[in-house]
Amino acid sequence: MDNENAISFYIKDGIFAINKISMNTDFDVIIIGGGPAGLTAGIYLARAKMSVLILNEGSIGGQMVLTHQIENYPGIDSISGYMLARTMSKQAEKFGCIIKSNTKISKLELEGEQKTITINDKENFTAKVVILATGGKSRSLNVPGENNFSGKGISYCATCDGDFFQDRDIIVVGGGNSALEEAVSLTQYASSVTVVHQFDHFQAYEHAIEEAKANEKISFVMESEILEFSGEQNLQKVKIRDKDNNIEDKNIDGVFIFIGYIPQTEFVENIVELNSWNEIVVDDKLQTSVAGVFAAGDARATRVRQITTATADGTVAALQAIEYILK
Amino acid sequence: MVLQTNLQHVASEKDVLEVINNNENVMICCGRMGPMCVPVYDAMEDMEKDEAYKHVAFRDMLFDNPEAAIIRNAPECSGFMGLPFTMYYKNGKVVKATSSLQSMEQVKEVLNAEFAK
Repeated sequence: MDNENAISFYIKDGIFAINKISMNTDFDVIIIGGGPAGLTAGIYLARAKMSVLILNEGSIGGQMVLTHQIENYPGIDSISGYMLARTMSKQAEKFGCIIKSNTKISKLELEGEQKTITINDKENFTAKVVILATGGKSRSLNVPGENNFSGKGISYCATCDGDFFQDRDIIVVGGGNSALEEAVSLTQYASSVTVVHQFDHFQAYEHAIEEAKANEKISFVMESEILEFSGEQNLQKVKIRDKDNNIEDKNIDGVFIFIGYIPQTEFVENIVELNSWNEIVVDDKLQTSVAGVFAAGDARATRVRQITTATADGTVAALQAIEYILK
Repeated sequence: MVLQTNLQHVASEKDVLEVINNNENVMICCGRMGPMCVPVYDAMEDMEKDEAYKHVAFRDMLFDNPEAAIIRNAPECSGFMGLPFTMYYKNGKVVKATSSLQSMEQVKEVLNAEFAK
């Protein structure tokens, strides 16, 4: 086992002391991603006495923390995504998982029996098994001006920012459930909501479409896309192109973007097999194309993406990882 | 609503003035427990433990607190339409303000630029 030495200082009973501690850099399993899939895998593995390191790029909890209230997680009446993430994280640590958040994966060597992961360009960790539980992230339009006006007219969260748009004219981009449900929710603030969608039909469930269509404040611009955002200090205009290539400059106070999620798999491109949607391809044991590397949660190829399915994936990946290590 | 973070909260205008006048470098994140705010609080909690940022005082403040008007109505926040409003103060003066979600990298960029040792 490789060890890296570290020194800590402390004061006990008025005496200054130096404590030399060993930081383990070799683990049975390294989990990349601290959302519900990764944390569940960590809990199962740590309870099975495996040494576990969870590396997380952003906030612990993944997309779960983006949910204000969770009311469909069995056994819990209602909880904020933040609190559920905190509870899962504490549970994982209680059983012995080491969690490092806000880390950046610099290098991955997953072939062979020993896997090596470098973070922040300087720290190396090794393991027998790696579980990829990197989840997804909100898709952005990637058009000029989008970054400049984020928080200054462009938003990705209706419940967070809706009240800044009282009596304003806004656009909602997207045609799925989130887009139409949030368009309806935003009508309690905005004077008008224009839904701009790139296709001639919606991907949302029928009830969401009906509710949006029945709302007098909502209008629809179909088969159109936003090309550019512009303004001075704040967003003032959008450029919209329709199916006939006509381009309109529309004055607008705000734009809410809900165009789905993409799996966070860029860093494993050319390392494990991905499908055409950049999702990680797995077998029925959640093993990827590389032996000893499993995938769980929203980053893997799957149709249903819920907190419950992510925790189920985390369980399966953990149990398969244990079997792989012990065989 | 309360802020369920491990950061020290500021609850009044007096608290804000006290912290910015008694610390050279201060970052205050003013928000709710929402999806755009939580990642910023998490990044701040991590940086608070980081030796490299021991010279910065990290605080949060509830956006809906009437006393948060000192941040909500600050000229540097005019035109902001996304939570959280994050303020950076050096020697009691605002040196930077941002609106909406910021990644840890973006926050570090501001800290390194504005609060360089």
